[in-house]
Formats: sequence, C-alpha cells, structure tokens
Amino acid sequence: MKPSLFGYHAPKTLAEAVAILASDADAAVLAGGQSLLPAMNFRVAAPSTLVDIQHVAGLKGITIKDGAITVRAMTRHREFELDADARQANPLVAEVMQHVAHVPIRNRGTVVGSLCHADPSAEVPLLLVLLGGSVVAQGPQGTREIETEDFFQGFMTTARRADEIIVEARFPLLPAGAGWAFDEVTRRHGDFALVGVGCVVALDAQSKVQTIQLAACGIADRPARLKEAEALLAGSSLTPADLDAAANASLSAVSGSDDMHASASYRRRALKALIKRMVIKAAERAHAGALT
Amino acid sequence: MKRMIKPSIPEHSDDPRVTVTLTVNGEAVSRTVSVRMLLSDFLRHELGLTGTHVGCEHGVCGCCTVHIDGKAGRSCLTLAVQANGADIRTIESVADADGALHPVQQAFKECHALQCGFCTPGMVMNIVNRFDEPGPLDLTDDGIRDMLSGNLCRCTGYINIIAAVRRAAELMGRA
Repeated sequence: MKPSLFGYHAPKTLAEAVAILASDADAAVLAGGQSLLPAMNFRVAAPSTLVDIQHVAGLKGITIKDGAITVRAMTRHREFELDADARQANPLVAEVMQHVAHVPIRNRGTVVGSLCHADPSAEVPLLLVLLGGSVVAQGPQGTREIETEDFFQGFMTTARRADEIIVEARFPLLPAGAGWAFDEVTRRHGDFALVGVGCVVALDAQSKVQTIQLAACGIADRPARLKEAEALLAGSSLTPADLDAAANASLSAVSGSDDMHASASYRRRALKALIKRMVIKAAERAHAGALT
Repeated sequence: MKRMIKPSIPEHSDDPRVTVTLTVNGEAVSRTVSVRMLLSDFLRHELGLTGTHVGCEHGVCGCCTVHIDGKAGRSCLTLAVQANGADIRTIESVADADGALHPVQQAFKECHALQCGFCTPGMVMNIVNRFDEPGPLDLTDDGIRDMLSGNLCRCTGYINIIAAVRRAAELMGRA
C-alpha cells in the first residue's frame, strides 16, 4: 500500500500552482491529503503530479465578513471546529465538524479539501449545501464564485475545472434567532455517515416555522437540500403529523442503491428518523434562544 | 539519530529523489529520499525510529500517529516531502532520556492498558497531544472513547485504555 510514482511541486504562489495544474491534466491538488493519500496508497488514485499547496502564500485562515464565514483552502478541519469566532458566529459549524473523522485526521485534513473530494457521505459538503454557501475557484483566467447547487455535480465530482484551485469556501451565518441541529447515523463514531441530516429553523412569534433549511448526506450521489420537506414545513406548528408528512416526502430523495454499509431501505428509515429529530432539536433551540 | 538502518531505496530505483530536511525529536535531520516515500517509512527506514508502527497504511488504525508541528497526525497519510521543514515528534521522545516514563505511559503500565502493544505508540501519541491542547478534557467514558476513536486496538477491548486515560489525567493534575 504505497502510492505509485508521481511528480511533486510545492509552489509558493497561487499563480505558480495554477500554472502547473494548467500544464498537466492529470495533476492533483494536495492540501491535507487525508482523502487523497489513502486513495493513492490504495492506488485507486494515481495522479501524475501533486501540487502541494501548503506553502502557497495567502491560503490560510478563517474570516467572518458579509454574513458568512470564509475558510481559506489550507484551513484544517480542527481549526474550523475550534475557532472561537466561528463558533460564536455560527454554532452549527462546531456541531457538524466534530463528526468529521477523528481528531488526528481533523488536525491534517482541510475543509476545502473535503468539499473538493465531494464524498456524498461527507459532513462538510452537507454543511455547505445546508447553509447555501459557495466556493471561489482560481484558474489561469482569474477567479469565479460557484454556488453550492452548481458545485456538487455527482459522486466525487464537482464543478472545479482541472486547472482551478478552490481558494476559499463561504459558509453563510444562520438567520437571526434561528435554531440549528445536525446528527448522523454511523457504524462507529468518526466513520462516514450512512445518513446525516442538518436543519436550520427560525420561528415566528406564534412558534410557527418562519424559515427552514433541511439537507441530508449519504442518500444520493451528492448532498441534497430537502426542498419538498422545507416547503411542507413552512408555516407549520411542527405537529407530529406535519413532521411525518415532511419526512415521508423526503424519502424519494434516497436514490442510492444497497451497498456494503447499508441497504437503501435502512437509509430511508434512518433519514426519516433523523429529519424528525433534527427539526425538533433545531426548533427547541430557536425557541430557547427566543426566551433568553 | 543514533540508530540507523539500511536506506530503503534500492540503488537502481528510477524514483525522483528529493532532499527532505526536518526536525525529528528535536534533532535536525536531512535525507534524500524518493518523492513518494511516506513519512511513516521515512521515520522507520531512514531514521530507524521503529517505535512508529504501521498497521493499515490508509489512515484507519492510528498506529502510525506522530506529532506533526505539534498536532497528532497520521504519518502514513503524510508524504515525507510534505514534512519538509516540519517539526516531528515520535514515541521515542515521550519518555525522559533517563527512561522515566511520561504520565500517559505510566498510566498505561499501571492500568495494564496494552497487551500485544502494537497500537500503543499511536494511542500514546494521540493522547499525549490531547493533554497538550488547551481547554477542558471530557473525561467521561463517552468523552474518552471519542478521544480514542481514531486508534484501533484488537486486544484489550479498550476498557483498560479508558482507565489509563483517566489515570493519566490524575497523574497530570487534569482530572
């Protein structure tokens, strides 16, 4: 289990890094390497060239501006999880990030790297989809912003072009007074989610749903917003009947077939249970927030 | 490095080579190695630091955990060349030079937290790093299990390892 041969570059500037990518269609970007290197050790990935971006200037750090948390490309999962300002600005971040693998993996793996890897079971892509965020790609012709619904295109496939580097991801803050929740079903803590569900909900003065965002991972070839459930729950008092209806309406979103980890029917049952739990938990937090 | 074993690249290898200069256990080292050499192999084969164990080589078992710039990480999921300029700490540096055990090692000994011992270096490096981190530690059973979740042990059933983490906290005044 050793990687096959590759060329290696450790550029200092973004322009250099992009130029190498542009000159070699089989080159891969190496950030934390916590998904790429296992794939290379297994030889399911064999890039011709690695462009190690750890020394590229200006790719580190987390900033909060314009209603979003901006995470630069070399920011590790653990930094995002523990960042005091990010926790304050959007408590959903820490709740999701603590489910990403284990601490030693989170110490090395990067937030943007996980987005680019686009594993359909992964938590970070779900977070971006749930919040309706975006990424910024830098290529030879300059930068472009890609909205989350355009970014994830299928199983481990994104809109990033081969000569582009995703330099940052933007995770929007929660609406004022909103509650949040995320949980997942896994074989063991730290494994990829069989199913994961995140919810953000804001309540009006009558404790009815004002706005709601619901998303799931592990159910299809990419993380998905559960739009039908969102529409059904808008204005709802979250009665058990309403929750059932919303959860049932989401079951058709499970498009994956049976695999070695779980059957599709198990995933549907887990999805249904998680949707109900997460909506209630998020609503309780919104309610508690309104009382304080 | 005191111990040296035969360099791992055969003379006839066509692999591109790269000179890697880093600090390992406080000592500056420099070796010219294959670009695809993993940090785990670099430590074991180039430096003879065989305390870092290699179990699965794809990041699941945690046996190869070392400290990379002060943070626990998998040395099998890090290329040696990625560690160029980095500060690496391995299990060989955890006990004092006179052989006095680190409190985490002492606790493992007291609690019989190892049987075959293959996973122990990775366990110790992971736990030592968690005690190095600022902030409170969750020393409930669930909290400790979470702390250990990235390290597999096939002998003990974890019960004594959980006890050892709690004992280490006592020894370090963190309980």
